[in-house]
Amino acid sequence: MTDAAELKRRTAELLAAHPPASTDRLDFLKARFDAGLAWVHYPEGLGGLNAPRSLQAVVDAELEAAGAPDNDPRRNGIGLGMAAPTILKYGTEEQKQRYLRPLWVGEEIWCQLFSEPGAGSDLAALGTRAVRQDDGDWVVNGQKVWTSGAHNSRWAILIARTDPDVPKHAGITYFICDMADPGVDVRPLRQITGEAEFNEVFLTDVRIPDDRRLGEVGDGWRVAQTTLNNERVAIGGMRLPREGGMIGPVSRTWRERPELRTQDLHQRLLKLWVDSEVARLTAERLRQQLVAGQPGPEGAGMKLGFARLNQEISGLEVELRGEEGLLYDDWTMRRPELVDFTGRDAGYRYLRSKGNSIEGGTSEVLLNIVAERVLGLPAEPRTDKDVAWKDLAR
Amino acid sequence: MSDLLYSEEEEALRAAVRDLLADHCDAPGVIARTESDTPHDLAAWKALADGMGLAGLLVPEDKGGQGASHREAAVVLEELGRAVAPVPYLTSAVVATEALLACDADDLLAELASGRRIGALAVALNIAPGGAYKVVRHEGGALHGELTAVADVQAADVLLVPADDGGLYAVDASAVTVTPQIPFDLTRPLATVTLDGTRGRLLGDAETAVHRALRAGAGLLASEQLGLADWTLTETVRYLKERKQFNRPVGGFQALKHRLAQLWLEVVNLRAAARNAADALATGEDTDVAVAVAQAYAASVAVHAAEEALQLHAGIGMTWEHPVHLYLKRAKADSIAYGTAGAHRARLAELVDLQAP
Ligand SMILES: Cc1cc2nc3c(=O)[nH]c(=O)nc-3n(C[C@H](O)[C@H](O)[C@H](O)COP(=O)(O)OP(=O)(O)OC[C@H]3O[C@@H](n4cnc5c(N)ncnc54)[C@H](O)[C@@H]3O)c2cc1C
Repeated sequence: MTDAAELKRRTAELLAAHPPASTDRLDFLKARFDAGLAWVHYPEGLGGLNAPRSLQAVVDAELEAAGAPDNDPRRNGIGLGMAAPTILKYGTEEQKQRYLRPLWVGEEIWCQLFSEPGAGSDLAALGTRAVRQDDGDWVVNGQKVWTSGAHNSRWAILIARTDPDVPKHAGITYFICDMADPGVDVRPLRQITGEAEFNEVFLTDVRIPDDRRLGEVGDGWRVAQTTLNNERVAIGGMRLPREGGMIGPVSRTWRERPELRTQDLHQRLLKLWVDSEVARLTAERLRQQLVAGQPGPEGAGMKLGFARLNQEISGLEVELRGEEGLLYDDWTMRRPELVDFTGRDAGYRYLRSKGNSIEGGTSEVLLNIVAERVLGLPAEPRTDKDVAWKDLAR
Repeated sequence: MSDLLYSEEEEALRAAVRDLLADHCDAPGVIARTESDTPHDLAAWKALADGMGLAGLLVPEDKGGQGASHREAAVVLEELGRAVAPVPYLTSAVVATEALLACDADDLLAELASGRRIGALAVALNIAPGGAYKVVRHEGGALHGELTAVADVQAADVLLVPADDGGLYAVDASAVTVTPQIPFDLTRPLATVTLDGTRGRLLGDAETAVHRALRAGAGLLASEQLGLADWTLTETVRYLKERKQFNRPVGGFQALKHRLAQLWLEVVNLRAAARNAADALATGEDTDVAVAVAQAYAASVAVHAAEEALQLHAGIGMTWEHPVHLYLKRAKADSIAYGTAGAHRARLAELVDLQAP
């Protein structure tokens, strides 16, 4: 069993062999991956050491103290948070070897081709078709939408319908799609903030070799559950210091700008401060609980809480700023590399955080998940469970 | 008791304004305009002001207006809110007009009432009635200084500028420097106004005029917020009846039905409060309390309605192409305009003798 002392020893070894000050950033990250110190709970040879997940913090702290570069996790949230655990669980040995290292070091960015114009909350209703060819390859046609970061991505996780004659959950297969392939057309979709952070993606006769299938044919819905459960934890469960989230900027504004203070705002701010601290503790507790297990529906709870907090806090901050709250920093249409919550002003935070209760499953759908899967309440009556996908009304 | 209903004439007025806006201010047009270099829809303004004579509703007939009242103006604002119309109605036909009504400036009043000229009170949009506002320096017969976050100046011909000698001055817009700011609400542009030895004409006492103007602005803003909330609710209900997920209209899920029913209740309350404020402004009875109540209540409903609309439209609601963001931005900016709900609650505490501890 790899314990904290052993991890510290290995971290010191890595630092001695590759001093951060004199080592190229990418070389350092690759060496870290190869030393099993990337995600310590992953298997040996795949960036980990089969250690308890909770010990990652030990490694991170040592490396941070030594001034080592990080893999810029915000740039590849979908890759790290969602594609990687799915590949780890369902990928073949070759797939794991091929994709995980460039993913972790950030050489290759990933996006998620799940949602479609007609299949959002009801993701399993999706209509993008993948048809098997004589040579075993697949040919994919369809349209995806709201695809975050597709314009920066090398790879995508993709779900497509491979059998329209069975009920919707049963006819889906999970693929890895090469975003550079002919037939993949990424078009910017501007959003409420002014930026085009997400995209529409048109797939026209995209050829996907069978060795980029993840899991069995027709088993894509189960594979996607792993992605979605991890997504909720990835979105809701970042490890944060006190005031590390949305409450940070507004607390700073409050301290620095006494002229903006009113009694009314004071009470609201303190309530949100307490809510933020409690949410942070809950996330930490969930993390301790998870240790090495796979996340379950509890992740939905975290995501729900953070979405609400982000929205309430940023809404309060816009109001607190008064005259400045009537202004915005920049409406220019651009295609950003990441969501920059802290680099922009309160108005941006307010608008962007509206997406937190939609992306990765809406809050309504997550509440249903908590009610049904955590509390065991009966599900709503379903009329689409036993009907072939092709016979569903659209 | 105030009259909280709409008269037949008011309903006819509503229908006429709604028709006009359907022709002039459709959502794609408003979205496109926010990115053009003419943020105001001056054609719609001309049709409203010139064609229908609505700029003069608050001005007595013997001064060149329609001799109507705040009740009618409120109906117009409801419709403008429903369309997030980028016209300077609230700022010129209500706020600037009210300031002039408190002064001795019949010529200007008539011009504003006819819609031939557009006026703007040069006070930052976030100032509550009774709140402290910035003034410019009056020195040697000329005005100097900079004012920020002034709404709709880009469209204005004449600015009403408060100065440090206590006077309110009329200044020709061509005589000042107007620098557009980047507004959160793109349908109500804001600008900085710089006066550098600008000549102005003394109209009267600034404090009285500004207070009267901001009080009417705050009171009638509630009607704009009502119209906005009503549109977002109606449109969301319509969409959720149509949008299918899980083989059924999502509006059929009880989780959503109850939320929309709850929102409807808030909108019903806001309608009563906004109507009461409009009526109180018209009659002059209980006006301060009516305005404070309406503004203490309206923002949370309008913002809530727009936020729900976005959430329930989900993915498409987050896009620039869908108009819901225009409503959210207007609702949020309106929650600051003419004082926040908190400021109005504080004012109310004085008015009804419920002082803070
Ligand atoms: C910023 C942002 C980034 C995104 N990034 C990606 C991405 O990278 N990849 C990707 O694949 N997708 C992405 N999405 C899409 C996102 O996953 C979908 O928007 C989301 O799943 C909701 O689907 P929808 O928009 O079709 O809403 P709909 O499913 O049409 O829902 C409409 C409303 O009905 C409610 N509703 C639906 N079903 C129920 C129910 N059973 N009970 C109660 N209420 C219900 C919803 O909560 C919502 O409020 C992104 C979205 C956003 C906003």
